[in-house]
Amino acid sequence: MAEYQNIFTRVQIRAPAYAGVPLDKRDDARWGEATYDRLVGIFGDAQIGPIYLGWYGVASLLCGFIAIEIIGLNMWASVDWDPIQFIRQLPWLALEPPPPEYGLSFPPLAQGGWWLMAGFFLTAGILLWWVRMYTRARALGMGTHVAWAFASAIFLYLVLGFIRPVLMGSWSEAVPFGIFPHLDWTAAISIAYGNLYYNPFHCLSIAFLYGSALLFAMHGATILAVSRFGGEREVEQSVDRGTAAERAALFWRWTMGFNATAESIHRWAWWFAVLVTLTGGIGILLTGTVVDNWYLWAVKHGVAPAYPATVPPIPDPAAMMGGQP
Amino acid sequence: MRIFVLPAVIGVCALLAIAMLTLPGWDRPPAQSVQKGYRGLGMVQVDNPRTQAKLAAVNQVPEEPWPLEVADPETTAADIYENVPVLGHLPAEQFDRLMAAVTEWVSPEQGCEYCHNAQNYAEEGLYTKTVSRLMFQMTQYVNAEWSENHVAPSGVTCYTCHRGQPVPQYIWFEQPVETGGGFAGNRTGQNMPGYEVAFASLPNDPFTPFLDGDQNIRVIPTNALPVDQVQLLTKQGEWTYGLMMHVSDGLGVNCTYCHNTRSFFAWDQSTPQRTNAWYGIRMVRELNNSFLGPLQPVYPPNRLGPTGDAPKA
Repeated sequence: MAEYQNIFTRVQIRAPAYAGVPLDKRDDARWGEATYDRLVGIFGDAQIGPIYLGWYGVASLLCGFIAIEIIGLNMWASVDWDPIQFIRQLPWLALEPPPPEYGLSFPPLAQGGWWLMAGFFLTAGILLWWVRMYTRARALGMGTHVAWAFASAIFLYLVLGFIRPVLMGSWSEAVPFGIFPHLDWTAAISIAYGNLYYNPFHCLSIAFLYGSALLFAMHGATILAVSRFGGEREVEQSVDRGTAAERAALFWRWTMGFNATAESIHRWAWWFAVLVTLTGGIGILLTGTVVDNWYLWAVKHGVAPAYPATVPPIPDPAAMMGGQP
Repeated sequence: MRIFVLPAVIGVCALLAIAMLTLPGWDRPPAQSVQKGYRGLGMVQVDNPRTQAKLAAVNQVPEEPWPLEVADPETTAADIYENVPVLGHLPAEQFDRLMAAVTEWVSPEQGCEYCHNAQNYAEEGLYTKTVSRLMFQMTQYVNAEWSENHVAPSGVTCYTCHRGQPVPQYIWFEQPVETGGGFAGNRTGQNMPGYEVAFASLPNDPFTPFLDGDQNIRVIPTNALPVDQVQLLTKQGEWTYGLMMHVSDGLGVNCTYCHNTRSFFAWDQSTPQRTNAWYGIRMVRELNNSFLGPLQPVYPPNRLGPTGDAPKA
């Protein structure tokens, strides 16, 4: 039983490889033979393969590859094809969306045309991967919860790079492809539209994000804590409550007076995770389209408090000189 | 259990230690924070006594060449010297002392000959003399016109910028527009480690539009809801952000030195330092437009920037 008192999984199963359920006639074959790896077994199931790729998988990887190629080669071109500078400056490099003057038209390649193409292929790759998630779940006779959770993340992605720019009438509002540049973009859009901190959907998104981490920690810790009683066999425990589920439930009822069940904790986790990107996407969607300045919006609706001044308030020098504020 | 935990803990500690010692931006304690605004707003100025001591050391005003004693205020520089149109009104003794000080401030190694022909000090041969004459006028202008709003009460001298160097360290030129060979790799003036913007990937020449041109720095709408039409602000916001990063890095202060960051635009919540900075930006823009930029034809080619413009502040 001491196997469970460890930060890694100590139990590794070696049994005849499980190839999976029979495939539909329309499906491709699975690729590869099953192999075992001890190192992989420390982190998950030691069995690797066979893998099912299918046409959606192939098309998705191809589109993703094209997108990464366009982004990567543009980054490399921006350092004059110097491999050392490409590595050194990689965190700063980016493929920028078109400048505002091009609106929603197709700009010249170097003026954001490449960005538009990379975005198209990346979106196609992601949507095809979503289809793959959905069809593979159906093929296994599973529910499609994973696909819909993924769809919530795709919704935020589409709002940032497609829906909001279209509503604003310009690709220039979209996110650049780059490591630091997309972070600078995030800071810039927040400041330019009056501080996203006061956007209530941004607040919700953060609450669900942090809440997800908290729930994940609580659930993971609970299950590990009762795994000595077979608690990790969650499905069995939810229908046939053994000592592990009873203890886990009792623990939380003792400590906070209320407990989820072996089934409902997963609904909590699923909804919290899905709502991070769903509320976040709504928040971005409203920025600049429905609300121009989130701080002033919050003042208007009594959300942002006023603080006492510690120094005498200063006037706007531009307004004093007769300029526009 | 011990097999895994101990190496893991040691490994994490070692990685953290290496990161602290090697990554830029880390500063050894003590960090002293001083509250500058109402509690709960995070308006805090963080200083490190070591950095401040270093700063105080480089900001020492050089010793005066000799004490100012004017025995004969009636005799002006114009009475004694030829060709002194800008400083001719000074008493000759004060003029001599000023010239000695300027040599220490601007060209301590090159000496008087950096601007003057040693055979004939009144001669107009060297371009440096033309430049320095306009620089005297610029200094006079700053102390006269901007004393109330930006440079009071200390005023400025040549040393404020020159710091013992004929060409001040902190000058800028317009950068040629990079299009990355035409069809791909366009950096659009950003997305590189820009020294000018504290190594952010923000637009790294915020000077040309804001300190030479007078493009609008303010991007944040002052209305809660859209009034007439949708405003495309994010890209423009990055340019303003670049300029602000430069100011912040140059002064060694955080955003909260001037702004209440919950509403960057709101003047009634900003600190008095923001007013000073607002006038400072206008002052630098005016100096670039009226003094430094127009000197372009005077400079030899090696003093000009890659696009042929004069060095600017």
